[in-house]
Amino acid sequence: MPLLAVEDLKTYFFTRRGVVKAVDGVSFTLEAGETLALVGESGSGKSVTCLSLVRLVPEPAGRIVGGRILLDGDDLLAKNPRQMRRVRGKQIAMVLQDPMTSLNPGLTIGTQVGEVMRLHQGIRGRSLRERVVDALRRLRISAAESRLGQFPHQFSGGMRQRVSSAIALSCAPRVLIADEPTTSLDVTIQAQYLELLKEVQAAAGVAVILVTHDFGIVAANADRVAVMYAGRIVEMGTTLQVFNNPRHPYTQALLRCLPDVDLKREQLVEIGGQPPDLAALPPGCPFAPRCSERQPICERSLPPAVTVDAGHTAACFLAVATPA
Amino acid sequence: MGGSGRPPSPPALAPAPAQPWRGSLRRLPWFAGAVLATLVFCAVFAPWLASKDPTAGDITTKLIPPIWMERGTMEHPLGTDRFGRDILSRIIHGSRISLLVSIIAIGVAGTLGTALGLIAGYRGGLTDTLLMRMTDIGLSLPTILIAVVMVAVSEPSFRNVVLVIALLLWPRFARQIRGETLAVKEQDFVALAVVAGRSGTWIIARHIFPNVVPTLLVISTLQVGYVILLEGTLGFLGVGVPPPNPAWGLMIADGRGFLATAWWIALFPGLAMLLTVLAVNLMGDWLRDHLDPKLRQAGARVTAATATTAAPIEPAIAEAPARGD
Amino acid sequence: MILEAVDLKKYFPVTGALALGRAQTWIRAVDGVSVQVGEGETLGIVGESGSGKTTLAKLFLLLERPTAGSLRFDGKDVATFGRADVRRYRRSVQAVFQDPFSSLDPRMRVEQIVGEPLIPENGVTRAMVRDRVRESLELVGLRRDSASLYPHEFSGGQRQRIAIARALVTTPKFILLDEPVSALDVSIRAQILNLLKRLQDQLGLAYIMISHDLAAARYLATRLAVMYCGKLVETGACEAVYTEPLHPYTEALLSAALPLHPSARRQRIILKGEIPNPTNPPSGCRFHPRCHRVLAECSSVEPAWREVKPGRFAACHLH
Ligand SMILES: Nc1ncnc2c1ncn2[C@@H]1O[C@H](COP(=O)(O)OP(=O)(O)O)[C@@H](O)[C@H]1O
Ligand SMILES: Nc1ncnc2c1ncn2[C@@H]1O[C@H](COP(=O)(O)OP(=O)(O)O)[C@@H](O)[C@H]1O
Ligand SMILES: [Mg+2]
Ligand SMILES: [Mg+2]
Repeated sequence: MPLLAVEDLKTYFFTRRGVVKAVDGVSFTLEAGETLALVGESGSGKSVTCLSLVRLVPEPAGRIVGGRILLDGDDLLAKNPRQMRRVRGKQIAMVLQDPMTSLNPGLTIGTQVGEVMRLHQGIRGRSLRERVVDALRRLRISAAESRLGQFPHQFSGGMRQRVSSAIALSCAPRVLIADEPTTSLDVTIQAQYLELLKEVQAAAGVAVILVTHDFGIVAANADRVAVMYAGRIVEMGTTLQVFNNPRHPYTQALLRCLPDVDLKREQLVEIGGQPPDLAALPPGCPFAPRCSERQPICERSLPPAVTVDAGHTAACFLAVATPA
Repeated sequence: MGGSGRPPSPPALAPAPAQPWRGSLRRLPWFAGAVLATLVFCAVFAPWLASKDPTAGDITTKLIPPIWMERGTMEHPLGTDRFGRDILSRIIHGSRISLLVSIIAIGVAGTLGTALGLIAGYRGGLTDTLLMRMTDIGLSLPTILIAVVMVAVSEPSFRNVVLVIALLLWPRFARQIRGETLAVKEQDFVALAVVAGRSGTWIIARHIFPNVVPTLLVISTLQVGYVILLEGTLGFLGVGVPPPNPAWGLMIADGRGFLATAWWIALFPGLAMLLTVLAVNLMGDWLRDHLDPKLRQAGARVTAATATTAAPIEPAIAEAPARGD
Repeated sequence: MILEAVDLKKYFPVTGALALGRAQTWIRAVDGVSVQVGEGETLGIVGESGSGKTTLAKLFLLLERPTAGSLRFDGKDVATFGRADVRRYRRSVQAVFQDPFSSLDPRMRVEQIVGEPLIPENGVTRAMVRDRVRESLELVGLRRDSASLYPHEFSGGQRQRIAIARALVTTPKFILLDEPVSALDVSIRAQILNLLKRLQDQLGLAYIMISHDLAAARYLATRLAVMYCGKLVETGACEAVYTEPLHPYTEALLSAALPLHPSARRQRIILKGEIPNPTNPPSGCRFHPRCHRVLAECSSVEPAWREVKPGRFAACHLH
């Protein structure tokens, strides 16, 4: 049994403009200790997927309207708010893009890290302090002892992200959701953070859902990849499968259209058009209007996910299983 | 629009801007709207609406109570004052004074304050410091006292009342418009207008001013109530629009001596003033909540820009700012 | 025509309560930068946030006055410019910024936005504005009738096209691009990068392209300058810098930029420490506290800016 199994998750926003199908039938699994990258352009539903996993979709506009989220076979959507609070932090923890929004600017770092441990593990007094220093040290906050009394604004962006990660990891969660954790960081600081995340993950055996729009980060850090477009997973497989042999035209086009640091491209193969409006999706494949291999059927019906290889699926009518 | 190869598709209409409007129109404060509409209607058609001459009294009909009281008559639905003038007619005509004073005073103060606010905000430096010191002084003056002294010295007249109120009002406009100007100035389109070779005057007129108009509307509305009260107070203190003009404040002052016996003389103009002020303030709040955020959002995220500029410089230096700015 | 910065410096005073009663301290946003851009080339300027790239851009655009050093246009110091010179400079040097929302006034129609640099005093008539605006819009792949619309009717990528159309409308020689694709979605970036490249070939433009995205810089740049904490650490032909970086910072920066393939592993240099504060930069070489090849003299002696190889300049004691 996988650690986490998401089945046909649907999260919609009921807005004045109509129903925004932010997540529309997402399924994936996550094994203990692995890193799954959720990659896609902005607005493709990555963050809403993450929020759905911990049942923090902004109410009342947003609602999970279907699907199951099984953590160790236990459906999270069937839990009551109190049980859910226990899942958050203890089983599933989150790191967000902007650490400034997840840290309280008015409380010291020590208090904030300690708070979580006190709440979930009931540690108090001197041992709490030791544990807090320990947690910060593990994320390489230098002179952790003397920084306990400092406030978030006295930390740099990279350090703040490490502090939020320390908080997230402090209760030894089984799943860590990192939503664009390095998007607001500089490249050299991003490299530091990702390296550290890898080490900590290996040490703690935590499974990571790494959300990003940067295929470079996926290539360097993920075991498996799920490519999202317009609220759906259009392709999923191991990192090598997806990069070596992309089977969905969107993935193929994306990989060709990005400039690469490693080589000088003379011309980028661009994707025309723009991502669709999730409140007014076309009836067929949402990528069809921009797809260079569009077939008549693509505009009429939605392509199901096809297994093209062991553990490699693509939601495209043109994708066929590779003969073994 | 599509990639170079494709026939360009019509630009996708990003979230239709009309939508938020429709929703908020529904939540428009109807009570306030109705009161204000009545007020304007009264002011415009006062001579036809009022059955009596507001200034001519008839001693024989003095101190008649409102219609529902024992001695009340159909003739004077809200009663008469000590000169026998019809209260209802006077209130209707008084709305003209309140409205005119508000419109002219706010017009004058708004124009002056906006101009100075725009210049101070856009130019910055010494100009800004000097102008803002002036507004600080203006804002810290004891309003009523100054108004009383000024009008008393220059003898009460409609013109003087308006001028005094305008003089007390402009710093409020200057200060807020300056703040808004600073926010708009941070937007890239202003820097790009300079790069385009446009002059400061042109930029203020074409970029900054249109983007502060929503704020201007909101402040103006919110000041109407203040002006009506100030005008009323001046009238009450005997330094407002001179009698026998039917200014509301003056009417309240007139009724002061009769509170125990003929309370209606002071009560009805007081109620009129209360309702009006309440209505404009409600309207101003609604405008601020609905017009402003929408325009801010369409106005290229002015709020975000304000937030970054307002942040103290120190932390921004002490840490690595977000990448890619 | 050539645009040249000579030992350009821009210091901002530190304001606020902390500075009261103490000696004035300065943020050394740009601290002695010399670069030049010739016709038709693309100078890429890369560096992390706070390294002074945008401040350098503002100096080039005459939006800030340099604290020291000079900016030369065709050999003439900008500080000595008269009105006519400034006008010519404005026509020749245009800009595109990062944020396509903040770049376009929401209260203007596209026609007014794109036509903004066409100034009546320069003898431009209304009819000319109409025509030039529409030509410009076509150049960037927008329809001519977009001119009558407002910016909110366009997506981010389209807005960036409008911003580019405005920059082109005076047929400038130089366009300064400050992070032109950083705010755009990945699938839109290629559209804009290709457009910029096509326009350059078609119109013979020179670009100064500022970016923290090393991949985008590599795509457009012909020459590259690497900035760190207000100073240049290295310049050279773009490909040469990417394949054989001279300065350890360039090396680390390149190693931190992630290639688009999982098997393209390379030696990873993880820098220690944080990006320094330009108010109080480290002594000697500003990079020495984080440098993986630090030498004894690095902390005390500032390395000289020298030509290490033909066409390759760097400031490092290793060379
Ligand atoms: N609170 C909300 N109300 C309405 N729509 C929302 C809300 N939050 C997100 N959405 C919509 O859901 C879609 C997916 O958003 P998100 O998951 O944040 O994208 P991503 O993280 O991939 O950039 C977007 O189209 C967005 O407009
Ligand atoms: N107007 C200003 N006033 C004070 N400090 C500034 C100003 N503009 C930029 N700075 C500072 O100068 C440094 C360089 O900033 P910037 O040029 O924006 O860097 P980059 O574009 O490379 O990220 C930063 O430390 C920034 O805080
Ligand atoms: Mg997101
Ligand atoms: Mg910048």
